[in-house]
Amino acid sequence: MIIMIPVVNESADTQVAANFGRAPYFMLRDTATGAMEFVKNTAADSPGGAGIKAAQIVVDHGPGALLVPQCGQNAADVIQGAGIPMYQTRGFDLEKNLDALIRGELEVLTEIHSGFHGHGAGK
Amino acid sequence: MKKLLILSGKGGTGKTTLAGAFIRLSSTRRYADCDVDAPNLHLVLSKDMEPLIQDFYGLDKAWIDPDRCTNCGLCREHCRFDAIHPDPTHRVDPYGCEGCAVCQLVCPAAAITMQPAAAGVLMRYENHHIFSTARLNMGSGNSGKLVTEVKKQLGNDLDDTDLAIIDGSPGIGCPVIASISGVDLVLVVAEPTVSGISDMERILETAKIFRIPTAVCVNKYDVNQANTEKIEGHCRSRQIPYLGRIPYDPKAVMAANQGKTIVDLPCSSGQEAERIFYKLLKLIFQGKAG
Amino acid sequence: MKIAVLSGKGGTGKTMVSVNLASVSGYSAYVDCDVEEPNGHLFFRPTNQEEESIMVRSPRVNDDLCSGSRKCVEFCRFNALAYVGGKLLIFDDLCHSCGGCLLVCPEKALTEVEKPMGKVQMGSSAGVEVLTGILNLGEASGIPIIHRLLEKARNLEDQGREIFVDCPPGTACIVMESIQDADYCLLVAEPSIFGAHNLAMVHELATLFHKPCGVVLNKELGGENPSRDYCLEKNIPILGEIPYDTRLGSLNSMGTIAARALDNYRQLFDSLLETIRKEVGHEKITHPQR
Repeated sequence: MIIMIPVVNESADTQVAANFGRAPYFMLRDTATGAMEFVKNTAADSPGGAGIKAAQIVVDHGPGALLVPQCGQNAADVIQGAGIPMYQTRGFDLEKNLDALIRGELEVLTEIHSGFHGHGAGK
Repeated sequence: MKKLLILSGKGGTGKTTLAGAFIRLSSTRRYADCDVDAPNLHLVLSKDMEPLIQDFYGLDKAWIDPDRCTNCGLCREHCRFDAIHPDPTHRVDPYGCEGCAVCQLVCPAAAITMQPAAAGVLMRYENHHIFSTARLNMGSGNSGKLVTEVKKQLGNDLDDTDLAIIDGSPGIGCPVIASISGVDLVLVVAEPTVSGISDMERILETAKIFRIPTAVCVNKYDVNQANTEKIEGHCRSRQIPYLGRIPYDPKAVMAANQGKTIVDLPCSSGQEAERIFYKLLKLIFQGKAG
Repeated sequence: MKIAVLSGKGGTGKTMVSVNLASVSGYSAYVDCDVEEPNGHLFFRPTNQEEESIMVRSPRVNDDLCSGSRKCVEFCRFNALAYVGGKLLIFDDLCHSCGGCLLVCPEKALTEVEKPMGKVQMGSSAGVEVLTGILNLGEASGIPIIHRLLEKARNLEDQGREIFVDCPPGTACIVMESIQDADYCLLVAEPSIFGAHNLAMVHELATLFHKPCGVVLNKELGGENPSRDYCLEKNIPILGEIPYDTRLGSLNSMGTIAARALDNYRQLFDSLLETIRKEVGHEKITHPQR
């Protein structure tokens, strides 16, 4: 399966990013072959609505699952609208999270924060 | 590197005063002021130092080329924010412009372009340490993105025994959310007033959703003992570590005016802050309150 | 006379000052423009409340007409639109109501509906008309509420009332909107180096809009006061001083209007108001074009 996960940089030993909407990059990873590809997160530059734009980027790449530390309601609406399951990462070690996912130990993301987005962007 | 974030909800609770004290006590080499609307920490901790400055860009704003403008007024008709006025040719008021680009869309003379607009400055003080802060320009929003930049500027290169201290933004909105992600502990500095308690609740809720541990202390507790006890009760019933309470102390203002923190001179608030600090360290590094 | 009360940061005493001035005025209106965290009504507890919804336009899509061109998603600068699973998703809380998506849609699949984004409440409290602006949680901008508040305030001013506008803290666009009609800006400052710094910020904003300013030094402790020094340096009139007083702090923390509770505070605010009236009158004579 191809999964997508927010990461800190473009190197193979990168870590999971703490934030979804403003993560610097996303990693596309084939859990079977280990092949990886990096996508620059252009949403990170947005003054507002970064979560939504990041979610659109994820949806447009069509992964089988998204792994995130947490996610705002708006971004979740986009991801769920595309039928992509979301799993909650634990800690920031990338390989540990991927192993946990493969062993079925990662939990589906349930607690979605309401976000207070929209207070940026010019006003 | 562990990260401690200090939040308060409303302004004026003494968050920055306490942050300054903790930074001094810990001798940390990494600290930040995320209150980008009105940064204050540098006044105490970096007096007379010059920072490295970098412009921060928010939304592009519209600009009308006066040589191409035919004064048809279509832009003004479509602008929902009353940001375009004939003066004598049509001009955009950068404070009113929300950056929507509708004017550019409708202009028949291709006279309008969206230009990068500096919304603030990122500042970095370096001297065997990194102090990261920023300031939004007047009239700007975009706090969440700038807060993220301030935290990024701190880097992540120290080891696990080090502690970065972040003085957070006041309020309960987007900039607070931006400051919370990825920290190890949120200390809420609560004020024993009706609005102070309500803001404290909202922050505790938000931190809970981010699964970040929290702790509470009360500042200027003697302003209202009853409310202070209410806060203590809330913490007990939710099993949130309550680290202590600091009395109102006029010496705190004096210290700041001299460019000192409350632990740089003998005073009641400083003594209590020190006690709270050691409990904080235990909580962050050993996972239990003192 | 319309006075805007400002401070660089929350917790300085802006609400306390504006609430108490409105109370001693005799025939006034208190306008709470701090739409994210309005607090004035907690002190006035107004009766005969009327409420008005403030509406803003929001796009809605006709799925049958939408061809999935994504022109709207690409155009929107606020990321309020996403195209997912063959449908357009619209995020109201990010939308700035610019109308751009309607213009770019090749199928004319988008229309606008009116949607509430906040409210204005109006009630009375012993000679004071209390206007409160409230922004719904998650909304992008409070500015339409400010416009309605100031419109109502103009009507009340025509009735002969003195208007006191309690502005949001800081220097963002919403503060600029709040001071639009003001004859005079009253800046509330704390006696610390932080206070002086924040005072400078808000003084800069008022000056940018050519508003005459005066300062009230709050929580005065005697001794050094960097805010006072700033006023002397910049020639800003100091219209009054409120000494730090635990009793005042305590009354405030309970939501009590000090001028209504105790004589000495009534006198203090009476005298402050007189000074302000004289100063504003003087300004009108020397700068009639403002």
